[in-house]
Amino acid sequence: MKSKRKTGFILLCILPTLVIFAMFIVYPVTQVFYKSLFSSSGFGSSDQFVGITNFIELFSDDVFIQSIKNTGFLMLVVPVITLLLSLIFASMLSFGQLKEKHLYRTIFFFPSILSFVVIGILWAFIYHPNMGIVNEIMKVMGLDQYALTWLGNPDTVLWAIAIVMVWQAVGYYMVMYLAGMDSIPKELYEAASIDGANAIQQFVKITIPMLWEIIRITIIFSINGVLNISFVLVIVMTSGGPNNSSQVALTYMYQQGFVNANFGYAMAIAVVVFIVAIILAFISNKLTEREAL
Amino acid sequence: MSNDKNRNPKKSKWIMRIILLVATVIFIYPLVWNIIASFKSNEEILESPWALPSMLRFENYIRAFADASMGEYILNSFLVTALSMFLLLVLVIPTAHVIARFDFTGRKLLHNFYLAGLFIQPVYIMIPLFLMMSDLSMLDNRFWLSLVYAASALPFSVYLLTGFMRSIPKEYEESASIDGCGYFRTLLNIIVPLARPGILTVVIFNFFTFWNEYALALVLLTSDEKKTIPVGLANLMQIQRFATDWGALFAGLVLVLIPTVTLYALTQKKLTEGMSMGGLKG
Repeated sequence: MKSKRKTGFILLCILPTLVIFAMFIVYPVTQVFYKSLFSSSGFGSSDQFVGITNFIELFSDDVFIQSIKNTGFLMLVVPVITLLLSLIFASMLSFGQLKEKHLYRTIFFFPSILSFVVIGILWAFIYHPNMGIVNEIMKVMGLDQYALTWLGNPDTVLWAIAIVMVWQAVGYYMVMYLAGMDSIPKELYEAASIDGANAIQQFVKITIPMLWEIIRITIIFSINGVLNISFVLVIVMTSGGPNNSSQVALTYMYQQGFVNANFGYAMAIAVVVFIVAIILAFISNKLTEREAL
Repeated sequence: MSNDKNRNPKKSKWIMRIILLVATVIFIYPLVWNIIASFKSNEEILESPWALPSMLRFENYIRAFADASMGEYILNSFLVTALSMFLLLVLVIPTAHVIARFDFTGRKLLHNFYLAGLFIQPVYIMIPLFLMMSDLSMLDNRFWLSLVYAASALPFSVYLLTGFMRSIPKEYEESASIDGCGYFRTLLNIIVPLARPGILTVVIFNFFTFWNEYALALVLLTSDEKKTIPVGLANLMQIQRFATDWGALFAGLVLVLIPTVTLYALTQKKLTEGMSMGGLKG
């Protein structure tokens, strides 16, 4: 009697959530893979099974090749710079014993709670050739000849976007690392100091190994996060231009799906991105695998 | 943390301070610039990007409300955020409670199933979601959008809240059960109040996500009068309707920032604590 009521309670608690999660998240994920095998204008009847044709076409599509290169570039460059800077800032705050530590933490974390749209618009103006502060700073420093149309130049646009992504995420990971660092036993550092290890040696020999598991998690988070934010930033800041030089895979997917109504093709793009992300996560996971201290 | 074996601890402290101060300026200046620009005229924005406004042009804000429907977008965003939050809590509290406390077949599987969802970005699934909701006539409806938001917030929220609920001592429920309290009353009257700090963390984290969300709102809401503020602002930016009215565009940006900044100011301690709670104890 009691156990029947218990089972009923458990089911009532988990089933509605499970149904909604399955319907709005899990089912669409499976659809991405399934629909990528169809030539589809999207609405039911006109779907035609075409096997891997979409994927074959993708690899002779120059825009797609460009977009996947750009995505790969961001997935490699942004996590490396972001996590490195986060580690450096976190260790400064953790070891520096500065009185204003909490103030820095609050300010550095701030960009990571802002809307990507707001960030994109703001930075589009920061990079603006005439009224942007980047070029203003260049002028003040006498580097006029390097003042550029940052977002309008195929050579600089991707780096310009990468910098925004780093700016947005550094504080977030810094806070994660800071919490980890503060929980490392102080005796380790004291012992190392007595043995004559300097700050950098302590960082490499104690901090990094002690944080290793957190670092591994943040690498995967960061690679994955690039997908989401690059989509919004590219749409808001450049629409993929100039000449597709800042097109990322997911903005191209959006374009193929919602502008060209080429849904099957768009899903094939999503599948490739998904596979690239998994492979990158897998590789970084393998590369960072080591015995815990 | 006596790291003071450095030959010159004072000097290295000041080097650090200088680096951190430069970083502070880089992190904060874009926002300060935005707020200043929102009070300037077009000419001032264009010609003297560094200068303060000659006068505070509040009319930029009035134009943002009157000509650019920012007021409506903000109301829509509040509505969608509140509804999403309500739906999320109704879904996640019982689920987290059961996963944290009850032993049943498939519990671990269920937990891992939600955790796997942490890796699904909304942008991935926007097309199939759009197609499915179009088939079911769920498009352009703020309720369904909110339900999608709630669903997409589940992985992180389940993760955070089960962790928190496990840390509540079992004795409270045991004595409630002895007093003849049923499962539902225990959940509502005992667990929910005790889990309030955890629930608050879930609310704070997801407020930012819901309030700022762009990709799904972009495709799932089609009519102009239902749009949320990130979509409204991005449209303004894109169609360049504001190419001649930057003042109002910046005013719009400030408007969307106000709730974010307010909540951050009130909860930043809680937020960074939650980060370490969510990020480290996996």
